[in-house]
Amino acid sequence: MAFYVVQFLTGLASAASLFLVASGLSIIFGVTRIVNFAHGAFYMIGAYIAFTLTERLSGAFGFWGSMVLAAIAVALIGVLVEMVLLRRIYHAPELFQLLATFGLTLMVEDLVVLIWGPDDLVGRRAPGFRGAIDFFGQNIPSYDLFLIVLGPVVLGILWLLFQRTRWGVLVRAATQDRDMVAALGVNQKWLFTSVFAVGVFLAALGGALQIPRDAVHHAMDLRIIVEVFVVVVIGGLGSIVGAFVAAVLVSELNAFGILIFPKISIILVFLVMAVVLIVRPWGLFGKPEAPARKTPGLTVNPWRPLTSNERLLALAALVIAATLPLFAGNYALTVGSEIAIFVIFAVSLHFLMSVGGLASFGHAAYFGLGAYGVAFLAKMAGLPMILCLLLGPLMGCMGAAVFGFFAVQLSGVYFAMLTLAFAQIVWSIAFQWVSVTGGDNGILGVWPEKWAGSPSHFYWLALGIAALVTIALRAMVFSPFGYALRATRDSLLRTEAIGINAKRIQWTAFVIAGTTAGIGGALFAYLKGSVFPDNLGISLSVDALVMVLLGGVETVSGAVIGAIVYKALSIWLISQTDLSKLVLGGFIMLIVVVFPKGIVGMLEMLAQRRRKSSPPGSSLLAKPIESAE
Amino acid sequence: MSVATPLLAVEGLSKSYGGIHAVRGVSFSLRAGEILALIGPNGAGKSTCFDMLNGQNQPDTGQVRLLGEEITGKKPREIWRMGVGRTFQITATFATMTVRENVQVALISHGKQLFNLFGSAPRFERGEAGRLLELVGMGGYADRPCGELAYGDLKRLELAVALANQPKLLLMDEPTAGMAPRERVDLMRLTAQIAREKSIGVLFTEHDMDVVFEHADRIIVLNRGTLIAEGTPAEVRGNPQVQAVYLGEGLVYDARHREGAST
Amino acid sequence: MRARNYFVGAAFALLAGGMAHSALAQDIKIGEINSYSLLPAFTEPYRKGWQLAVEEINAAGGINGKKLVVISKDDGGKPADAQTAANELVSSEGVAMLTGTFLSNIGLAVSDFANQKKVFFLAAEPLTDAVTWSKGNKYTFRLRPSNYMQAAMLVEAAAKLPAKRWATIAPNYEYGQSAVAVFKKLMSEKRPDIQWVDEQWPPQGKIDAGPVVQAVAAANPEAILNVTFGADLVKLVREGNTRGLFKGREVVSFLTGEPEYLDPLKDETPEGWIVTGYPWYSIKTPEHDAFLKAYQTKYNDYPRLGSIVGYQTIKAAAAILAKAGSSEPEKLIAAAEGLSMPSPFGEITFRKIDHQSTLGAYVGKTALKDGKGVMVDSVYKKGSDYLPSDAEVEKMRPKD
Repeated sequence: MAFYVVQFLTGLASAASLFLVASGLSIIFGVTRIVNFAHGAFYMIGAYIAFTLTERLSGAFGFWGSMVLAAIAVALIGVLVEMVLLRRIYHAPELFQLLATFGLTLMVEDLVVLIWGPDDLVGRRAPGFRGAIDFFGQNIPSYDLFLIVLGPVVLGILWLLFQRTRWGVLVRAATQDRDMVAALGVNQKWLFTSVFAVGVFLAALGGALQIPRDAVHHAMDLRIIVEVFVVVVIGGLGSIVGAFVAAVLVSELNAFGILIFPKISIILVFLVMAVVLIVRPWGLFGKPEAPARKTPGLTVNPWRPLTSNERLLALAALVIAATLPLFAGNYALTVGSEIAIFVIFAVSLHFLMSVGGLASFGHAAYFGLGAYGVAFLAKMAGLPMILCLLLGPLMGCMGAAVFGFFAVQLSGVYFAMLTLAFAQIVWSIAFQWVSVTGGDNGILGVWPEKWAGSPSHFYWLALGIAALVTIALRAMVFSPFGYALRATRDSLLRTEAIGINAKRIQWTAFVIAGTTAGIGGALFAYLKGSVFPDNLGISLSVDALVMVLLGGVETVSGAVIGAIVYKALSIWLISQTDLSKLVLGGFIMLIVVVFPKGIVGMLEMLAQRRRKSSPPGSSLLAKPIESAE
Repeated sequence: MSVATPLLAVEGLSKSYGGIHAVRGVSFSLRAGEILALIGPNGAGKSTCFDMLNGQNQPDTGQVRLLGEEITGKKPREIWRMGVGRTFQITATFATMTVRENVQVALISHGKQLFNLFGSAPRFERGEAGRLLELVGMGGYADRPCGELAYGDLKRLELAVALANQPKLLLMDEPTAGMAPRERVDLMRLTAQIAREKSIGVLFTEHDMDVVFEHADRIIVLNRGTLIAEGTPAEVRGNPQVQAVYLGEGLVYDARHREGAST
Repeated sequence: MRARNYFVGAAFALLAGGMAHSALAQDIKIGEINSYSLLPAFTEPYRKGWQLAVEEINAAGGINGKKLVVISKDDGGKPADAQTAANELVSSEGVAMLTGTFLSNIGLAVSDFANQKKVFFLAAEPLTDAVTWSKGNKYTFRLRPSNYMQAAMLVEAAAKLPAKRWATIAPNYEYGQSAVAVFKKLMSEKRPDIQWVDEQWPPQGKIDAGPVVQAVAAANPEAILNVTFGADLVKLVREGNTRGLFKGREVVSFLTGEPEYLDPLKDETPEGWIVTGYPWYSIKTPEHDAFLKAYQTKYNDYPRLGSIVGYQTIKAAAAILAKAGSSEPEKLIAAAEGLSMPSPFGEITFRKIDHQSTLGAYVGKTALKDGKGVMVDSVYKKGSDYLPSDAEVEKMRPKD
């Protein structure tokens, strides 16, 4: 019995650190609607700075002082980031801020290694909390007890802050209705900055408090960020109490789960999230999001099919791309194939995200399923390549049909997180089911047949399929289905009122996007000759998001450019420098600030400005050519 | 009531929220080509009542029949397919699409082409979309992004969208809210004209009594969830109960309404 | 859409840039791939090791009179990116062979690439047995003692312990799983009397150490096998120390004696664990002395195990290239099979049967000395003594 009590307390201690970080994320999201990917980075910097301080300041005062100082220092960094970076892009398209914080995260991961060195750092234990307390023969670390108390204390302080101060009232009001606060004449700028600072402070404090029990290292951020998002979503976005309950729930399920299923930890949080979101679409304590009021005068250019001039240009670009094998070597061709494959992947997500307004955080699942589909068919069934390429994507299609059905019942960030949960579940199956998937060692030897074996042939194959897929999806944007899909994105109320079953439209779009991603994955398996769980992983999903956002989420074909630029740049950087993350992160942040509508979005805007200021004679380009075949 | 089946028949409609009766035992009917106004002070239950007619909300008890066919409990999209168009108090349109595209979406839905993946939507029923826009006086705005429109134009666009499936019945929730007086008259005249020409029944709620008394064939009055009066504009105007309700708080609600508050 | 042209052009310009620089034709080029950005703590000492080797080789006149150039690429910890790097090294740089890799799945990905493209590959660090056995191929050789070999070394010591009730803690991925599986199998052969009372599988890099320690303690084992490493190990050790998990229990632990993993533990290093590792401070052989002196002189730092592996990888590559007198893969394979050479750990041989080198490891016990963790009573175990019989190897390895 004593054991179960202690296991419960141990779970509570784990929950406390999770809660600290999660509460910060929840507050930030609630008010600013920023999906702060850099939250883990702030947590990590908090730990690093606290480590440095605790090594220099001695005594109990020095130790605890270091914790608070570190958190304050990081909060100041947060303020700087908010003012310099995020403020510029609050009016950018939804999720664009994700791109900025992603760039920041990349940079921080390399920067901490440059500043603190590559080795794992082990800090001091907390003065007065070094040992353990005996509880009927079971030991509870006294630091755990400290954390167990700290969790509710922080919860209480936050509660008081929100209930008893003017600032807190504003924060709560903003969480429920941002427009309202703006209308009340509150200085939104400083409200956002202060909220960001508080959120970052909590993250950094959570990181600093790990010093006595963890090692400080440069991958700490990745270890926590996804889990924290999951906790926030399970609890209900913007709900601090929800974050607390969810942290306890997840930690306790883990503490007791491993007694029965020792391998459960790897997937537990995602299973819990999937179940919670299917049963309660807004998390345990969340409220349905008020439909975002579209600002009148929304500056979106209406989409139109390409003019015949533009079609010629696109065709010319394709022809030029097709001549690559005439002058480029094998390596350039293989990289070209890889870029073509990522164009497929990016346009598939773009279709779902830009056309359908459904930002998936787990799109790699369907890419990976396509890849595994090919690997199974080629290695186990021994089918010829052409059949594998045709049938492999069906796995992506089936996965999308099943998961998409549940996912489209939700919207916004909840949709994103449910897709993430599904992707992680698929990933962990690939990772765990060693006898079928080979686990993390993957499936090897999936090489193309002779007709596609040479780099130039494979390049043409990939380029051709990428072109077909891009054209097909673009055609769909301007098909009756595409109109209906855009309609569901703009107003669910209106679509329902004109006889459209929005969920079914969205589900169909999800399946189309999943199948298309599967086509990319199928080619990828042959390009690499092998399939690994990586192909379904979070970082690949994030890559896809970044490509779409970089190109311009409000454009019809931004994803193509986004994929080419991002993939070419990342391949080149990783080949040139070990600090590729630093450079790539810096580049992304630069793009975010200079091109807040993405690369293509910005180019379109410039072109439109020029068009407006030029004489009517040049309207040839602008005129939609509906009659073009 | 004529011998023929009424276009819309509402019987004993009730809805309560946590013990508070928002709508209680409301019954009325509507003939084809008739323009019926549903009025009442704030909180009278107009919007709740309205939402129950097109499936947005489900009644606790009572029935709604369209040409004799039960539509209670059906989803909004099913009711639309039976020929009921609707406009919203706060307009709901597709902000990133052009005016013409907004109408085309409705036409696509009406033509059951929603899952047509490779057809050309820009060319889909382009002429019909143009005619509908001309009808509501929006012909010159067809290529404008919907997000750029003035509020009154959005209301007219909604009317065009609502007409796309050749409805038998139009439900219009405060069709003229937020419009200039001149625009109100124009829109309601247009609506009345269309209704008479195509023999469409129109049910609308409205705060502006000038609009109501000028355009409605008949008026029904709700107060605290119950129907307190029904009749021609003249009859309703002379009804002492209605006068009591409106004199009691008329000024107050009118001022609120001008600021955009709603029931 | 006009933008598309420009960007396609830019993308190609980037690629072309990547191909532009190349060394002189007389040089012998080796391609090297590792997870530098993902695992800097392990790959930095490794890089220092191979850079030292390159310097020594060229100072001594290069390979058959030609200068040795190592072109090194980061793989970011992803198999797919490692393949892109391998492709660049082979197609654009024209390297004579590929070397390197740390993670098992990356080692396997590059090995499969090497097999497909018919390129010689010397895997440096990946531990999975699959590299030389179940997924072995004729183009792939491996330097570091495999999972199986390290398990066999540990079992030899573990079997002598009186403990009968054993629990295991291992990261939940292929390395952890196969380390536990091999250890259990070999251990049960030697000690049919032992019982496995609990197993814990925390996710790699994400251990929630408190509950894990508590769960293991609840099973009340007499001995524990640990396979976690890195930050997970730190958390496990700290929780275990605080909760008294290791008190009165024997612990056998993979890799923990390597400075990479032992040093961060500082004064929290648990004492008396039986570990494999690299006690650079207590190895007194002329070969190692020479290496240590050169390393410390060049870097003013002490070597980690990665330094040894990096150093010996390039030394081995050079020896193979020198003997083959050519960079043709078939000749390299012929040269490498059965080739013996000196190393800081003494002479090693690349076995013909499975292309595994006989580099061994030190087995000893952890101890605390001046607030730092060290290995004591260390004994070098030759790799050749801890490999299964040739018949068994042949059964596991696919026919070329």
